[in-house]
Amino acid sequence: MDLIELHDIRKTYRLGEVDLPVLMGVSLNVSRGEFVALMGSSGSGKSTLMNIVGCLDRPTAGAYWLDGREISKLNASERARLRNRMIGFVFQTFNLLPRTSALENVMMPLIYSRENLTDNQKKQRAVSLLEKVGLADRLDHLPSQLSGGQQQRVAIARSLINHPQVLLADEPTGNLDSRTNAELLQMLQQLNSSDGITILIVTHDPGVAQHARRTVYIKDGLIEQSLSI
Amino acid sequence: MHRYGILKTSLNALRRNVMRTMLTTLGIVIGVAAVITMTEIGNGASIAIQRTMASMGANTLVVIPGAANTGGINFGFGSLMTLTPQDADAIIEECPAVRSVAPIVRARTQLIFGNRNYVPTYLYGTTPAFLDIRDWTDLENGEAFTEHDVRNANKVCIIGRTIVRQLFGEESPIGKEIRIRNVAFKVVGVLRAKGANMMGMDQDDILLAPWTTIKYRVVASSLSAANQSNTNTGNSNEVNTLSQIYPNLQQNLYPVASSTEQTDTPQPIRFTNVDQILTAAQSASQIPSAMQQMTVLLRERHHLLIPDPDDFNIRDMTEITKAMSSTTELITKLLLCVAMISLVVGGIGIMNIMLVSVTERTREIGLRMAVGAAPSDILRQFLTEAVVLCLIGGTMGIMLGRSASYIVTSVLHWPTAASVGAIVVSVFVSASVGVIFGFYPAWKASRLDPIDALRYE
Ligand SMILES: Nc1ncnc2c1ncn2[C@@H]1O[C@H](COP(=O)(O)OP(=O)(O)OP(=O)(O)O)[C@@H](O)[C@H]1O
Ligand SMILES: [Mg+2]
Repeated sequence: MDLIELHDIRKTYRLGEVDLPVLMGVSLNVSRGEFVALMGSSGSGKSTLMNIVGCLDRPTAGAYWLDGREISKLNASERARLRNRMIGFVFQTFNLLPRTSALENVMMPLIYSRENLTDNQKKQRAVSLLEKVGLADRLDHLPSQLSGGQQQRVAIARSLINHPQVLLADEPTGNLDSRTNAELLQMLQQLNSSDGITILIVTHDPGVAQHARRTVYIKDGLIEQSLSI
Repeated sequence: MHRYGILKTSLNALRRNVMRTMLTTLGIVIGVAAVITMTEIGNGASIAIQRTMASMGANTLVVIPGAANTGGINFGFGSLMTLTPQDADAIIEECPAVRSVAPIVRARTQLIFGNRNYVPTYLYGTTPAFLDIRDWTDLENGEAFTEHDVRNANKVCIIGRTIVRQLFGEESPIGKEIRIRNVAFKVVGVLRAKGANMMGMDQDDILLAPWTTIKYRVVASSLSAANQSNTNTGNSNEVNTLSQIYPNLQQNLYPVASSTEQTDTPQPIRFTNVDQILTAAQSASQIPSAMQQMTVLLRERHHLLIPDPDDFNIRDMTEITKAMSSTTELITKLLLCVAMISLVVGGIGIMNIMLVSVTERTREIGLRMAVGAAPSDILRQFLTEAVVLCLIGGTMGIMLGRSASYIVTSVLHWPTAASVGAIVVSVFVSASVGVIFGFYPAWKASRLDPIDALRYE
């Protein structure tokens, strides 16, 4: 069984009286260790799909298995626990806590973890992740004292703190210049190949998509085409 | 989720906005400070009231002998002679709830000084402890008689203002001799003026002397007539009808002792009895236990069997004590109202700021949820924040209140008394205010949708 299995996922938003169907029967399988790019025009429902995959949102209809568990019926607390344990998020707008050091930002998800770690272990883990993303000398910097690329790297470190199986990145390079962009992709590829983390990345940039092993195109709420390299 | 992590997160959030945290807690600070100060002032006042009451005799208990019952005629309390000075000694030794004991021997007779005479309301033979019980140890002039005087039955006395006025006018009475039934008592002290008591009796109309002196030199020769249950000498002709027709016709069986003989060798009758025993309980709250201890002790000393009624009676100042406790109760209730109002106002302030804080930090909440915070985690975090806020406010309020009451004492000279109870209650109440008024904002935060919260601008 694949790590992620979406079967005929539908999502319909209700705006007052009007029904707004965004996803209209998406079926997609992603196996363990894959690196998938998700492309499509603006408003095609990429973020909506990512939210469902990331257990932030529930589909209106359809079935979703994550690691063999049907999760479209889970309640808010159960989904929160699942997100904490299985999924790492990297957002377009970094979403770091302001006035909080890089180190503490990275450690933040551990507060909600079920793992029993000592303060020292937590810190060690965060430090080694920050080292991995090349920010060993920026541990005590606040987000406002970091460049965009550095902030995004802190965000990646944070997403990895609970050893997730899936990394979801919604336009992670949207706010970065092309060089930082390339560095970041390098890092993601590294994570994918050496740590075996399954990565889903939403992007508008065909150059970014080239780094992925498979590109999924979405259009009008349906998967249009799925290309593997 | 780890409790410690939540607490740390809450403290961090509060630290990020120190100024606002301080301003938010101001309501609680002032509320708690008001409660503390008021309680301490109230406590001080009630202790002062208690002290005043005590000087009026609120803690005193009077033991009087029981009623003589002869041939179906009840002579009323005090007509039996069952109390002894040894009872008084035993009470002070064996009743821990009793602070002080003074036996009293009463007399009612004329005082003579020079060409003036006067009959005082109170002519008491007692011990120096009497002054302690009545909170009267500070004399206006001279000194009180001593235990030594009591033991030796010395002819000394201290007198109240009224007697000074009646017998001495403007003269100083110290060192002068007052004659009581031809016994000369040297005045050694003058009592501080006390005025009338609650019943309107002039408390300064009093003469105090060692009870031994009064008993053996003044009363012994004369009081037998007042005690129906006892006669001193073998008056076998008492039943003689002649004596009723001619009361002065007395036939003594024994030669009558001369007055000199009588004063020199006082003849105790059966045993030495006292008219009352005045006692003071350790405190107002100890009055019931003092009564209980004395009852048990006296019954035992008087060899009373279980079915026998008490041959004595203990009277307390129930009315005064009641009045006192109802005053204190009223004060406490008033303070509670003040506390409630100020803490509710403070709590509303906390709720207001917490709501603002939740709105402000919507994105943060969304992010925390995205990385795995369950709604209950968010709820707990904001609740903890509110409680911590209130506890900070409570702590500062306690310190502010304590310093305020200190200032009140040192500047206005009002009595205050620290109250551990008020401090404990304040801490508890401010934590509860945090929970009650922090709950709605925290609940609102926990119900946020992570996606909406993350997108929130
Ligand atoms: N909460 C919502 N309520 C109503 N409609 C929504 C909501 N969220 C998204 N939509 C609609 O769903 C559609 C898909 O949105 P989505 O964010 O998934 O697009 P997207 O593919 O990520 O676009 P972009 O590339 O611009 O990020 C849009 O038309 C949007 O208006
Ligand atoms: Mg999007």
